[in-house]
Amino acid sequence: MTSPILHVEDLKATYGPVQVLHGIDFTVFPKEIVVVLGANGAGKTTTLRSISGMIQTSGRIELNGEETRNLTPSEIVRRGVAHVPQGRGTFPELTVEENLKVGAFIRTDKDIKIDIDTCYENYPVLYERKTQMAGSLSGGEQQMLAVSRALMSRPQLLLMDEPSLGLAPQIVEDLFTRFVAINREQETTMLIVEQNAQLALDIANRGYVLESGRISVEGKAEELINDDAIRRAYLGA
Amino acid sequence: MDLFLQRVVDAITNGSTYALIAVAMVLIFKATTLINFAQGEQAMLGAFAVLQLWNWGIPMWGAVIIGMLFSGILAAGLERAFIRKFDPADHLPLVIITLGLFLVINAVAAIIWRFDPQSFPQLFPSGNAFTYNNVRLSWYSIFAFGSCVLVLFVLQTLLTRTKIGLAFRAVSSNLESSRLSGIKIGPTLQFGWALAAAAGTLGASIYAANPVLQIEPSMMLRALIFSVTAAALGGLDSLWGALIGGLTIGFVQSVVVQYIPFIPNEMSLSAAVVVLLIVLTLRPSGVLGTRAVERV
Ligand SMILES: Nc1ncnc2c1ncn2[C@@H]1O[C@H](COP(=O)(O)OP(=O)(O)OP(=O)(O)O)[C@@H](O)[C@H]1O
Ligand SMILES: [Mg+2]
Repeated sequence: MTSPILHVEDLKATYGPVQVLHGIDFTVFPKEIVVVLGANGAGKTTTLRSISGMIQTSGRIELNGEETRNLTPSEIVRRGVAHVPQGRGTFPELTVEENLKVGAFIRTDKDIKIDIDTCYENYPVLYERKTQMAGSLSGGEQQMLAVSRALMSRPQLLLMDEPSLGLAPQIVEDLFTRFVAINREQETTMLIVEQNAQLALDIANRGYVLESGRISVEGKAEELINDDAIRRAYLGA
Repeated sequence: MDLFLQRVVDAITNGSTYALIAVAMVLIFKATTLINFAQGEQAMLGAFAVLQLWNWGIPMWGAVIIGMLFSGILAAGLERAFIRKFDPADHLPLVIITLGLFLVINAVAAIIWRFDPQSFPQLFPSGNAFTYNNVRLSWYSIFAFGSCVLVLFVLQTLLTRTKIGLAFRAVSSNLESSRLSGIKIGPTLQFGWALAAAAGTLGASIYAANPVLQIEPSMMLRALIFSVTAAALGGLDSLWGALIGGLTIGFVQSVVVQYIPFIPNEMSLSAAVVVLLIVLTLRPSGVLGTRAVERV
């Protein structure tokens, strides 16, 4: 078996006196799409923020075998992690193209222009709107831009926090179809946090279920789709 | 008519210097939605440094440039020492700190340079560029306005064409996503503080170089209020808004007060604030300010 790109062990997080994550373990292997399902308040966002160094935690977080728990967000980005935050992931007062340039902030190579073009190929609507302020885009377009912004850092691992939130089903489907293509073409490993279990499990290799700060179920995506408890809780069946 | 034209010229002259202090505030506000109340005092200190350097024999414009560097470095130090450790989203402690800095800098300047007004060297050619009947357009006015426009162009270029400028605007726009893009928030804001202080020092030097004014530690108190008003009027996050705001306030100060007999000269400050209130009632985010953009 190849060595994991991300390995999390006994991760605990608290906000003030309230413990939100009670020691969770999970692993992501290169080129996988892994999904973390969980209801509102389960701790999904907290998990992703822990990985990108946005909050203090205890336990172990290893990227490519190296402990990163005490690094700053900017150091973690430089180690190949990109994070599309929940909700507002764009820079509303910057143009679409400037958003993409900010995404490439950590880079000094000459290929930034090429990657911007790749983003425009992934999402042609962004090309049409490249000089427009990001704040004037529709919700779906903003999510495409947020994902593209994250990809501009050429991450090994892309974290996405509920990318389907608040978007129409058709748009979500397009978005997720692109995720699969990006995963294949750019070999970007993805860790996606979702409440939309059906769609997420459709594109994922494996999944975890987070309940009140603990992992309750884990397995291959096709097993989880057929799991009775998950069907009841997340698939409305 | 001549008197009116003369007043307009005066308005542009005063307005330009207010705009330079206002633009310094706009820079800080853009990044942090914080009004730095110490901005005027930092600028005054910078202008005193310029005067000191000049007294030591350094050529005038050399002194201005070194003074701008000095106040930029000082501001970067102040940011590091007093501002950075606080949560940028929690304004109250920060406001108190900038007020504290205001008092301390004012006191320090008074201890070093005393409260006696001193004359500031000429930055620009003296005399009038142009006289028509009784209207005099001095070189000072032309250069004050020109410097202001030039500073705005330079800042605009810096913010839109350089990487650090882009990072600065990204931080202003979305703190969390900036962090997640690998931007170091602290140093980026520090850059903003330095830039703002340098612009402020240029503004205060030009202000003090006005042939009819002298430099003294409390010289920026009035100018500060006019500048805050100018910044708010133009839209607190707009560079060019600062110029429009500055000119408007200059106009209110010299024209409106001149022509409306029941407003005495001492009331020009209040008149400026009244104009501000009227504008903000009509356009809450100022003339050129961005309204909050919300995701749909
Ligand atoms: N900054 C904070 N301060 C205090 N409590 C917080 C903070 N952020 C989150 N919490 C709490 O921690 C718990 C987990 O929050 P988290 O945002 O990780 O959940 P989530 O699974 O992402 O939920 P959602 O699906 O609603 O986004 C919740 O009970 C929430 O109220
Ligand atoms: Mg969440």
